[in-house]
Amino acid sequence: MSTIKKIKNLKELSTSNDRFEGAHLLCPGCAHSIIVRELMNCTDDNLVISSNTGCLEVSTAVYPYTSWDTSWIHIGFENAATSITGAEAMHKARKRKGTLKDNDAPVKFVAFGGDGSTFDIGFQYLSGAIERGHDFTYICLDNEVYANTGGQRSSATPIGSSTTTSPSGRISYGEKMMKKDIVAIMAAHGAPYVAQMSPNKWKDMLKKMQTALSTEGPVYLNAISACTTEWKFDPKDTIAVSDLATDSLVFPLYEIINGRELNITYRPKNVVPVKDYLGAQGRFKHLFRPEFKHILDEWQKNVDAQWDYLQKREEARV
Amino acid sequence: MAEKMDIQKTEVWDGNFAAAHALRQAQVDVVAAYPITPSTPIVEGYAQFLADGYVDGEFVMVESEHAAMSGCVGAAASGGRVATATSSQGFALMAEVLYQASGMRLPIILTVVNRALASPLNVRGDHSDMYLGRDSGWIQMDAFNAQEAYDLTLMAFKIGEDKAVRLPVMVHQDGFITSHTAQNINPMTDDDAYAFIGKYEPVNEMLDFSKPVTYGAQTEEDWHFEHKAKQHKAIIDSRPVIDKVFEDFEKKTGRKYSRVESYMMEDADVAIVALGTSVETARLVAKDLRENGGIKAGVVAPRVFRPFPFDNIRDIFANVKAIACLDRSSPGGALGALYNEVVGAMYTSDNKPLVTNYIYGLGGRDLTLDAIKKIYTELQENANSGKHSGKIQQFVGVRGPQLEFFD
Repeated sequence: MSTIKKIKNLKELSTSNDRFEGAHLLCPGCAHSIIVRELMNCTDDNLVISSNTGCLEVSTAVYPYTSWDTSWIHIGFENAATSITGAEAMHKARKRKGTLKDNDAPVKFVAFGGDGSTFDIGFQYLSGAIERGHDFTYICLDNEVYANTGGQRSSATPIGSSTTTSPSGRISYGEKMMKKDIVAIMAAHGAPYVAQMSPNKWKDMLKKMQTALSTEGPVYLNAISACTTEWKFDPKDTIAVSDLATDSLVFPLYEIINGRELNITYRPKNVVPVKDYLGAQGRFKHLFRPEFKHILDEWQKNVDAQWDYLQKREEARV
Repeated sequence: MAEKMDIQKTEVWDGNFAAAHALRQAQVDVVAAYPITPSTPIVEGYAQFLADGYVDGEFVMVESEHAAMSGCVGAAASGGRVATATSSQGFALMAEVLYQASGMRLPIILTVVNRALASPLNVRGDHSDMYLGRDSGWIQMDAFNAQEAYDLTLMAFKIGEDKAVRLPVMVHQDGFITSHTAQNINPMTDDDAYAFIGKYEPVNEMLDFSKPVTYGAQTEEDWHFEHKAKQHKAIIDSRPVIDKVFEDFEKKTGRKYSRVESYMMEDADVAIVALGTSVETARLVAKDLRENGGIKAGVVAPRVFRPFPFDNIRDIFANVKAIACLDRSSPGGALGALYNEVVGAMYTSDNKPLVTNYIYGLGGRDLTLDAIKKIYTELQENANSGKHSGKIQQFVGVRGPQLEFFD
């Protein structure tokens, strides 16, 4: 039987059951490793992990090395949700038949994908796996861009962001589309637990990860993963930029239980203006030109509207 | 525990149902599948066996064929027996993951009911899907009728799971003509079939937590070549294992299989090389021509398409004068695959027969007895004159003016 592990402080978390080896190839300041490591340290259960192609994958399993001190599989760009549910199905079949090496060993199945592989190319696979009701947790490391291939826009890229395929220029403010609301879409699948989290709020993230792992059935977690390379900020500022993301409410932290019950899990004491968050990153630098002021205004309006919507849903319990 | 099924000595099954029973008797742990004509009844069969308690695995009905093979890879890496089925467009959609399955050395069994590839859309049998898989690193075995679809599917588990092999295996059968035509089948009993295959022995499984494994690592120019070279060697080295499994199977059932099936080749002057149901049709014509046409005709059929039986083909054709390679797939601006393989083999032989290439049966067009008779007659003319009487490549049974290519 698995139990939820009690963790008192960050020091304890950072040293507990460390199964993600430090010698990986992720950029200095990349938030991916913080999120992955927290997940792997938050439980003592055995883990089977799958990854979509992306920064995490190419940085952690370059033959003959591996950063994964647990079973790990990567197939393609799109199918981590399916490979992990194949593994989960095999576990179920073999447990029933009694052919596992240790039939009682507690195990959790976790898939990681970037936003490109989650919102775009792997969207169908994720939807299928959630719909089928497998017992697994999917974590999207959402840095709002195809970072591994050099910074192309994905359907997670927010309006006004300059990427290599939606560049800002003499007459363009960059990305024209709004970000896809993946959390709402996943909640609409009726998954028992869906949440958005951020590594700067480590206790909140820990609680969501532990809730995810102890929930029977499919879970979706959207993790904001500040990208020093593509968001263009100093590697030492990852947590500071993440603080701006959550405190400006650009990334509100909340959970949705059974597709219905929405709980906001973090309310900033002092809400900072969205332009402070945007201004901290090179990808939005051009928005501060006078001709693009309307985009800055639109940003603030959208963030306010979403926060209002989340509060109303929380209050109405629908 | 799954119930055993009381099956008769002779059953009337079509190729699909025969393959489904082989999956049941192998007690496959996970089937991840997506429906496509004409292979759907195989996985429907597994689902029904599960619903009736005759298997106790997991049936994962996914949302595409690409996902089906992805689920199979995840399941197979978790240390159990895995199989699925597909055809045509589904096979094409799976293609990316087929290469991943073989690269990870996972002995998944894929029953492929051969069907044409669009465009234009077509549900009937030809071999364009089978040919699409020929460089994927899978062992490919070809059934010419429903009994063989059953036999080869059972044997596929034993071959692929052999620790000296550890490769995925495709078992092909022709869409509709084999898959949907009920024939007399002599199955093994459940006990005999399972005893023949044996229980699954996990290798580097993800669910042995005492020994974590990493699947699907990245290798660039420093290691990729070594991995692919080893994989090629493994499939070449599977030949004696395949021979041994065929031999063991013959001991159990009396049914003999060879990596190349030859018919009336001992003294043949002319021969047809074909795959699928056309093999049996060609055999009928060869027999008739020997009895009534004065042509010493024979038929050669690669039972195992990959690894290609290069040396056996060369030996069988040591004394033959003219060969027709029949390819049931549009070659897209080249000679057909069988033609290229056979000519490649014969280039290293002292014997240099005249080899022609016939493209036939695309999209399920019938190959008639008369058409085959005409091919043998042309071969005899080539043999007599010692040269090609027409062009090297001809299309057979297609409307419009005669299509022929390559001098």
